[in-house]
Amino acid sequence: MRLRTSLAAAFGLLAAILAGGPASAGQTKIAVAANFTDAANEIATAFKAKTGHEAVLSFGSSGQLYTQITQAAPFEIFLSADAARPKKAVEEGFAVAESRFTYAIGKLVLWSKDGALVTGEATLKDGKFAKLAIADPKAAPYGAAAIETMQALGVHDQIQPKLVQGSSITQTYQFIDTGNAELGFVALAQVVGQDAGSRWLVPQELYAPIKQDAVLLKTGAENEAAGAFLAFLKSPEALAIIERYGYAHGDQS
Amino acid sequence: MGALAPEIWVAVRLTIELAALTTLLLLVLGTPLAWWLARSGAWWKELVAAVVALPLVLPPTVLGFYLLVALGPSGPGGLIAGFWGERTLAFTFEGLVIGSVLYSMPFVVQPIRNAFEAVGERPLEVAATLRASPARAFWTVAVPLARPGFLTAAVLGFAHTVGEFGVVLMIGGNIPGETKVLSVAIYDYVELMQWREANILAGGMVVFALTVILAMTMIERRMARPGA
Repeated sequence: MRLRTSLAAAFGLLAAILAGGPASAGQTKIAVAANFTDAANEIATAFKAKTGHEAVLSFGSSGQLYTQITQAAPFEIFLSADAARPKKAVEEGFAVAESRFTYAIGKLVLWSKDGALVTGEATLKDGKFAKLAIADPKAAPYGAAAIETMQALGVHDQIQPKLVQGSSITQTYQFIDTGNAELGFVALAQVVGQDAGSRWLVPQELYAPIKQDAVLLKTGAENEAAGAFLAFLKSPEALAIIERYGYAHGDQS
Repeated sequence: MGALAPEIWVAVRLTIELAALTTLLLLVLGTPLAWWLARSGAWWKELVAAVVALPLVLPPTVLGFYLLVALGPSGPGGLIAGFWGERTLAFTFEGLVIGSVLYSMPFVVQPIRNAFEAVGERPLEVAATLRASPARAFWTVAVPLARPGFLTAAVLGFAHTVGEFGVVLMIGGNIPGETKVLSVAIYDYVELMQWREANILAGGMVVFALTVILAMTMIERRMARPGA
């Protein structure tokens, strides 16, 4: 009987979940900046395969996550999209000072679903579009980098009225992906897997490097799984994933 | 209060404009709908009522997601926006009005429908025997008798639009003076840890909500009094 077999399988699975994995396996809760979503998911899978520990990921803009951390959110690790907030977390006593390091350096890309729209900085100067999406520059480092880039090219004031802001870089991507904004500044990591559309990798000299820092929060100081995750994040295996998603890593800068 | 940034007042004004326009549209659109729901014998009318009531149950993200697609260049919104040379209705005040009308609809239609149902057949039959045309009976009998329902509907529709957040966040694009309403401004302040501004605005919202609820209770009391 098919039904009986699948029922048995379901109960078996349930039992396995309830019993947990290997006895030593733990769990750690991680706050992850939205731009790192795909890479973090893959790293968490690899982490689980290697150590048996489970990384539970929560995504949001760095600003939103940091506010939650200051209000005693149960996160044990903070993977920010900037260097400033992990530093602040240490200064304000939420994080373990010596644990802070740069896990990735983000790349900014101007991206459109329209295969012909984005050709380079000329696209910004010509301004032949109605809406350009960026992430909220106050809360999301990729938004700040987008503003810096436009200022460096001297096109910021002319584009300003056409800007729309996503509350995180994920939402910014959504605005462009649904076609509501013709183009926008997103993280290279978000579009690295797709061939469609057109893009311009913004040259690094136009914006300050987006150093993305990780830090161990005091809530996770005693958790073995949290320490293991940070160690894993520096391993060649994780670095390969990080690079594949379009980031440079700490030692390359 | 003088030290408050002008952008806060822009958000306050925008929110009031959005809520007022939405309420007005909802009263215009919702009244015939509520009338039909109250009096029709069609078997599928409860299905229509259920569709109207959907935003009560659905998370705003569902509506926000559908709207983002529908307002965009590949949906009807993009078609409409094309008339004045735009590509999308998202990120516009008009887009927010459309979203708010859908989102607040049950709060307006339901009280009006209840009020019409409470009026019942009898007064209208009496009006008919006095040779009032159906239209005249509607305006001079049904609407005045249903007045408490209209008041409740207007207050609730307005208040609920002011309190809207998820839909606006998803289709608004956070443009000051265009789509950055109060709830989104509060979200921003919290995210940036500007507690002072967040506190002032959030406190204002609490006072507003309390006033609305009290006003509602008063309206209902007064209307329930015989002879009112």
